[in-house]
Amino acid sequence: MIKEFKIITNSGKETIRLGQSLGSLLTAGDVVGLVGELGSGKTWLTKGIALGLGVDPATVVTSPSFALVNEYEGRVTLYHIDVYRLGNVAEFISAGLEEYLYAGGVVVLEWADRWPEILPENSIRVELSIPNENERLIKFAAIHPRAVQIIESLRA
Amino acid sequence: MNILGIDTSCDDTSAAVVGNGRQVLSSIVNSQVSIHHPYGGVVPELASREHVGSISSVVDRALQQATLSIDDLDAIAVTIGPGLVGALLVGLYYAKGICFSKRIPLIGVNHLEGHILSVFLEKEVPTFPFVVLTVSGGHTSLFHVKDFGNYELLGQTLDDAAGEAFDKVAKILGLGYPGGPIIEELARSGSEDKVHFPRAYLEQGSLDFSFSGLKTSVALFVKEWRQSNKQHATIKVADIAASFQSAVFDVLVQKIVEASTRLGVSCAALVGGVACNRALRECVKQATLEKGIRLYCPRPQYCTDNAAMIAVAGFHRLLNGEKADLSIDVRSKFPVENMVGAKRSR
Repeated sequence: MIKEFKIITNSGKETIRLGQSLGSLLTAGDVVGLVGELGSGKTWLTKGIALGLGVDPATVVTSPSFALVNEYEGRVTLYHIDVYRLGNVAEFISAGLEEYLYAGGVVVLEWADRWPEILPENSIRVELSIPNENERLIKFAAIHPRAVQIIESLRA
Repeated sequence: MNILGIDTSCDDTSAAVVGNGRQVLSSIVNSQVSIHHPYGGVVPELASREHVGSISSVVDRALQQATLSIDDLDAIAVTIGPGLVGALLVGLYYAKGICFSKRIPLIGVNHLEGHILSVFLEKEVPTFPFVVLTVSGGHTSLFHVKDFGNYELLGQTLDDAAGEAFDKVAKILGLGYPGGPIIEELARSGSEDKVHFPRAYLEQGSLDFSFSGLKTSVALFVKEWRQSNKQHATIKVADIAASFQSAVFDVLVQKIVEASTRLGVSCAALVGGVACNRALRECVKQATLEKGIRLYCPRPQYCTDNAAMIAVAGFHRLLNGEKADLSIDVRSKFPVENMVGAKRSR
């Protein structure tokens, strides 16, 4: 059973609020895979997820493109991973990034469509696109019962 | 006093020997940046196993170039964070091994503190207190440097680092990697007035930065520009590069000048990989000079990641009586502003 739903946000702030609602539903072991071109709001959504996970609002969530992974302490630890700079799955594994998927935290992984096989089956897929300059179309999709449960709660 | 510096915090494996915190006897960086990558990123030398493969030869080359043996070392300074745990561990355990067998002090260093103190690798050095802008692929931060080991964070990027914006815009324009030098070169033949990209100064008085809006704005412009080539036939790729670069520089210049004048310092420093950009150095130098502030900027090989700056930071920590226990661990998160004095928890 695949569950999907779409939503449009009209500003960065709205994207953050949506992320916050998603974040408040997440718990240890959940994985969110983000897909979307440069500038589509992946980092903004993650700022919201961090807030929803109880990360101190004074903590600045920044792009992990260079560092590959940023960690934030909340109700559970948030691992914000970005595979933008990596060339293949072997690099993902040898950099030790696979371990974060099973480290007992919540993982948000950017550029999740690059190697879909690295994502656990309970992942939520979030696809962001830019219909026009101020709008962001955000699609949520889930297959695993746990992931379906999360996006159904988010939609409610 | 000869200190061996080691850094394995990210892509490069580097080692250097620095005498008395000033004199660089050697500096070796094992870099893979010259290899281009299909996704516009670096071929990562980040993998721990790559560091494992190169650390021994990099340290040996640093000692050879300094014409010293391992017995001539007085201490080892090694980066313990921030960075990838697996990568950091390689440098730390290599350093621990030498320190244990040679019975010399081990000093754990913050990579960002290394960048901040990289200006001390040059002959002319700033006087305390000064303001430093650390601008690289991973960081864009302003600090008030009150003394060695005493740093106050004044502002930082809220999203993308400036160097990251260069890399991503180069990717959007299909220019390859690394984006910084490519855009700098191209911008020289372009006109910065052709396209107006937004400057994110944020709210009045803020010393924070934001470059994701600019990146998005370039992406949207390029999309439209490609679709309607006739309409924009007068605009060349070089013009877009120049217009983008000037949008980044305007903000960097304004914030470093604002911070320096607000704090009333007579010196400022520009460090980190993006500080290699000659146009940026020139802009910042000009703007600070107008306010009577002297700008200090290390030569390019000390702007990009290197271990000489780690040795400098280690030297000052050692002078301050700080030595690490052999049980010291790496720290993936390691805010540099929380390290005043010797009160480090780990």
